[in-house]
Amino acid sequence: MKNFTETTSDDKQLLTLENIQVIYGQRTILKNINLSIRSGEFVGLIGPNGAGKTTLLRVILGLIKPTQGTASINGIRIQGAHRRLVGYVPQKIQLDPDIPLRARDLVALGLDGHRFGFPLPNREKRHKVDEVLHAVDALRYAELPVGRLSGGEQQRLLIAQALLSNPRLLLLDEPLSNLDLRSAHEVIQLVADVARTRKIAVLLVAHDMNPLLHVMDKIIYLVNGQAAIGTLDEVVQKEVLSKIYGYEVEVLRIHNRILVVSEKEDECGMEAQCDHKIS
Amino acid sequence: MITKFLNFLLAPGLFQSPQVAHALILGSVVAITSAIVGVFAVIRGQAFAGHALADFGATGASGAFLLGINTLWGFIGMGLLGGLGMDMLGRTPRERDVTTGITLSFMLGLGSLFLYYVTTKTTATGAPMTIFFGSIFLVNPSIVSIVIILELVTLLLLVILYRPLLLSSINPDLAYTRGVPLRTVSLLFMSALVLTVEQSALVTGALLSTVLLIGPAAIAIRLTKRLGTTLLLSVFVGLVTMWLSIVLAYDSAQLPPVGRGWPVSFFVVSIILLFYSVIYSFTTKGSK
Ligand SMILES: Nc1ncnc2c1ncn2[C@@H]1O[C@H](COP(=O)(O)OP(=O)(O)O)[C@@H](O)[C@H]1O
Ligand SMILES: [Mg+2]
Repeated sequence: MKNFTETTSDDKQLLTLENIQVIYGQRTILKNINLSIRSGEFVGLIGPNGAGKTTLLRVILGLIKPTQGTASINGIRIQGAHRRLVGYVPQKIQLDPDIPLRARDLVALGLDGHRFGFPLPNREKRHKVDEVLHAVDALRYAELPVGRLSGGEQQRLLIAQALLSNPRLLLLDEPLSNLDLRSAHEVIQLVADVARTRKIAVLLVAHDMNPLLHVMDKIIYLVNGQAAIGTLDEVVQKEVLSKIYGYEVEVLRIHNRILVVSEKEDECGMEAQCDHKIS
Repeated sequence: MITKFLNFLLAPGLFQSPQVAHALILGSVVAITSAIVGVFAVIRGQAFAGHALADFGATGASGAFLLGINTLWGFIGMGLLGGLGMDMLGRTPRERDVTTGITLSFMLGLGSLFLYYVTTKTTATGAPMTIFFGSIFLVNPSIVSIVIILELVTLLLLVILYRPLLLSSINPDLAYTRGVPLRTVSLLFMSALVLTVEQSALVTGALLSTVLLIGPAAIAIRLTKRLGTTLLLSVFVGLVTMWLSIVLAYDSAQLPPVGRGWPVSFFVVSIILLFYSVIYSFTTKGSK
């Protein structure tokens, strides 16, 4: 039963992609992608390297114009940047170890980094930054030089930075790729908690679905530019995945883990085999 | 002993000389702007671009000699052309480096042709020395106020660009999704870099303006962790270096060959190198 105090706008589709196609030269990177995400949903975007995950995010961000199809947020078609609704954590941010910024300075750029003019310190701004640093549990290293922090710590700061613009949708491109298992779980839990308390929809890209099994409301499985979307049980099954892979795959569930395997071992289709490959 | 040294440092006539006064004013504005723009150039990885711009400018300045106009206009004109070209042509950093490298060689070749004409057909035989190694004591006084105005414009640009510039240096995609107009920001910063580098080339010479751009900035970045502090320290290092160099260059007229002082740029480079090596050896021992 839905609670009556919930506003109806929360039930509307937040993000809708219709027939999205992206072609680079001769290559079709995304084929006919149709999907929608509601407010507050946690969606995992899973697929091997080169599947088109980053490309899909870039379409949603308005960074690339799809060859065909429409993308809209809150019913408004995406054209160019639309900074108010979408928060973004890019795939790889290589910060110079010597960059003269403290952790909190990087985060503060999420609030007013797009504004012209010299930033003047003020109490309200400091309070907002402290608040979001607290939310991602990063107050401990708020004053340290950001370039010297670990990958996991930087990842939290980037998430904090993205949250400061009060987004309705948070896009995270492989936030787990450089993290050890424990930090990865911490980051996932953090994102899930923040998203739930602030009612933010999350689209998190990963090449392995297993760390996300307990938090995902929906999964988008992307292979060779083709996507299957739905609940875990709807999508991660033999028939659905075999269709988008283009050959027979098996889905194995062991010890609360899901493995997708096939006979074609030379193809980098299976996430387990893709782990060692760099994109 | 100490009085002897002070007598040398504060040589007779130092504070009476209008040349020295002009040099101090010019040197200061150039050092301040270079120190500030330099911090951003280093953060954005555009130190090489800064150097290339000075070389582009040198060709323009050689042309200016040939035409008999003030070298400042040659420096700035050619610098703008080169800077805007670099900004348009290079999408990726590697592409930019390659394009810059190739155009640079061509420009220097062209410059050498200009200088060949200048030195063989005119009386300006000192032109190469002036262009490449600077002539702070010989700068035409009428140009001083123009330089001050242009440097103020440059600093104003930096104040305006401050945050978007920083954000787009960290990650362009992130900046774009925040609504930063990337093209405009990068073009405006390039213009600021051109103005900075070319005016510093006028003072320290084309070959050494890079030192003023990158030296104080690199030293400050090594020692600080907040951009505001970094900028202040960079300005401080730049100013101290410049003042010391001008005074020493004036004094060096007392050294052989007597009568003509050594180039200011020699002192600038030496002082920066000294600063940098001391700081480098201290900071590497401790933290890394
Ligand atoms: N600008 C581009 N031009 C041409 N091909 C591209 C471009 N960007 C990405 N691609 C190609 O599109 C495919 C998907 O890339 P991407 O979306 O980055 O994959 P993923 O993020 O899933 O690893 C890759 O094969 C990549 O080589
Ligand atoms: Mg990717």
